[in-house]
Amino acid sequence: MAVTAPPPMQSAAKNASSILPPRKKLTHFQRERLTFLAFIAPNFLLFAIFTFWPLLYNFFLSFNRWNLLAPKPTWIWVDNYIDMISDPIFWKALGNTFYLAGGTIFIRLALALGLALVLNQKLAMRSVYRAIIFSPTFTTGAAIAIVWSWILHEDIGLLRLPLNAIGLISPNWLGDPNWTIPALIIVSIWKGMGYDMVIFLAGLQGVPVELYEAARVDGAGRWALFRHITLPMISPITFFLVVTSIISALQVFDLVAVMTGGGPMNSSKVYVFYLYENAFRYYRIGYAAALSMVLFVITLAITIFQTRLSKRWVHY
Amino acid sequence: MSQTTLLQSHTAVVIKRAIGSALSHLALIGASLLVGLPFFWMIATSFKSDVEVGIFPPVWFPQQLMLSNYVEVWNAAPFNLFFINSIITTFSGLILEVIVGALSAYAFARIDFPHRDALFMVVLATMMIPGEMALVPNFITLKQLNWINTYQGIVIPYVSSAFGCFLLRQALLGLSPDYFDAAKIDGAGHLRILVSIALPMVRPVVATFALFLFIGKWNAYLWPLIVTNTWNMRTLPIGLVMVRDAEGALLGWQHLMAASLMVLLPVLIVFFIAQKQLIEGIARGGIKG
Repeated sequence: MAVTAPPPMQSAAKNASSILPPRKKLTHFQRERLTFLAFIAPNFLLFAIFTFWPLLYNFFLSFNRWNLLAPKPTWIWVDNYIDMISDPIFWKALGNTFYLAGGTIFIRLALALGLALVLNQKLAMRSVYRAIIFSPTFTTGAAIAIVWSWILHEDIGLLRLPLNAIGLISPNWLGDPNWTIPALIIVSIWKGMGYDMVIFLAGLQGVPVELYEAARVDGAGRWALFRHITLPMISPITFFLVVTSIISALQVFDLVAVMTGGGPMNSSKVYVFYLYENAFRYYRIGYAAALSMVLFVITLAITIFQTRLSKRWVHY
Repeated sequence: MSQTTLLQSHTAVVIKRAIGSALSHLALIGASLLVGLPFFWMIATSFKSDVEVGIFPPVWFPQQLMLSNYVEVWNAAPFNLFFINSIITTFSGLILEVIVGALSAYAFARIDFPHRDALFMVVLATMMIPGEMALVPNFITLKQLNWINTYQGIVIPYVSSAFGCFLLRQALLGLSPDYFDAAKIDGAGHLRILVSIALPMVRPVVATFALFLFIGKWNAYLWPLIVTNTWNMRTLPIGLVMVRDAEGALLGWQHLMAASLMVLLPVLIVFFIAQKQLIEGIARGGIKG
C-alpha cells in the first residue's frame, strides 16, 4: 500500500550521500514478499529438516549397510531390498498388519454405522452417548494397552467372565500366537469405533431429507430407504474410512509394543514395530531405511489409489 | 375416516415411536456401558487390595478404597519427573506448533506471493508422508545436533504443522477482508494484524487445534521412546511401561491401573470438558479428509 511505502528513488538518493553503503528502501511488493517468506519460513524449515530430508536420506541409507557405530555407511546397492524379499519376518509383519487392518475395519465400520443410525434421530442424552462412545479415541495408547492386558488376562481377566458365561474357555490372548491379533483387533475396535461413528453421523446428517421423503411417498420401507438412499449417499465416507483405517493400521505401534512386544513367535509383529526393532534394537539402519521406503511407497500407493478410484467407485 | 379410528391410528403411532425410542436408548446404553467398562475396570482395580485383584470371578467393587496403591506406585518410579517432562514437552510443543501453524496459515491466506497456492500444496503433500518413515533419519539428525535425550529433541521434530496450517488458513479465509484492509490503512503490519485481529477472531478454531495438539502430544509414545534414554527424561507413557517392565518392582495390577489412570486422567478431563468442540472438529475435518 502506497501510504506506508515512501518512493524508493528519494530514499536511495538520501542514503547515497552517507558513508554507509546505500541501504535501499524496499517497495511495498518486496516487503510483502519478504513478510510472506518470513511467515512460512519456520514451517518450511521444519518440513525440510524433519520431513523432506528424511525422505531423501532414507532413500540413500536404504542402499547401505550401517550400524551407527561405524563412522560411515557402506554402499551395498540393492542388497537390503533383496534381503527384504527373502525375509520371512518382513512378510509376516506385512501380513499381520493387513490381518489386523482387515479384521478391525469391517466389524468396526458395521458397529459404527449401526450406532450412527441410532444416534441420528432426536433422542434425549444424545450427546452424552456420543461422548461416551467416542471417549476411547483420544486415550493414551500405552496406558490403554496396559488396561487391556489386564482385561485380557487368561486366568483372572474380566473378559473371561462373559466367555465362561456362554460356555467358552478364555484363550491365552496374549500368549497364544493364534490369539494375539484377535486380541489387538478387539482393542482396536474399542478404541476406533467412536471416531468412525462420528464421521458416519456427520455423513448421515448431510443426506438431504427430501430424498427420504420422496422415496417414502413412493412407498419405500425402512430397509429400502437404507439400502437405496442411505448406503449409496454415505459411500464416499465409507470409502474414506476404509482407506484411513488401512493407513493407520500401517502405523500401529503403541498397542503392539506394550501388549505383546510383537510376540509370541512374531505372531503380532506389525510393520512399524518391525521397523523399530531393526533400527533401534538391532541397529540395522540400512535395512530399517529400506523398510521405511517401502512403508512410504505403500502409503503413497494407497493414497493415489484412493484419489483415483474414489470417483469411479463411489456412487451418489 | 371416523373420529375414533383417527385417534386409534394416532395412538398407534405414538406407541410405535415410544417403543422405537426405548429400543434406541437400550442399544445406546448397552454400547456406552461396554465402551465405558474398561475405564470402570481400571478405576475399580486401582483401589483394590492385593487379595481382591487375584480373585476370579472378580469382585466389582473393592471392600475398601486402597489409596495406598497410588502412593506405592508413585514411589516405585520417578513419576514426578515423568509428569514434569510430559507437561514441559506437551506445552512447549503445543505453543510452538500453534505459532508455526498460525504464521504460515496467515501468509497463505492473506499475503500475496507468486505461486502461493502451489507452495500450499507442498504443505498439504507432507500429510501423505507417514511420520514413521522419518524415525531413522531424524534420530541421526538429532544425534548430530546433540539433541538426544533433551526436551528439544522430543519436541522440535514434531512442531511443523500441515494440519494446523490447513485448518487455520480455512478459518482466516472465512473472515471478511474489510477487517484486514482497515488495519492496514491504520498502518498495522502483518504480525500486528495476525496477533491482535486475525487470531482473536478465529479463537474457537485455534482452541480446537490446541486441544488436539495437547492430546496428541500427551499421548506420544514412539518418538519419545526412541529419543530418550534415561529415567529422568522419560515422559509419562514411556515411564508407565518402564515401571511395568522394571525388574523387582513387585507391582500388582492394582498399581498398574493406578498408574494408568494417572497418565490418562489429564486427557480424559480435557476430552470431557471440551468433548462437543472436539467431536465437532473431527466431524468437520474428517469429511474433508
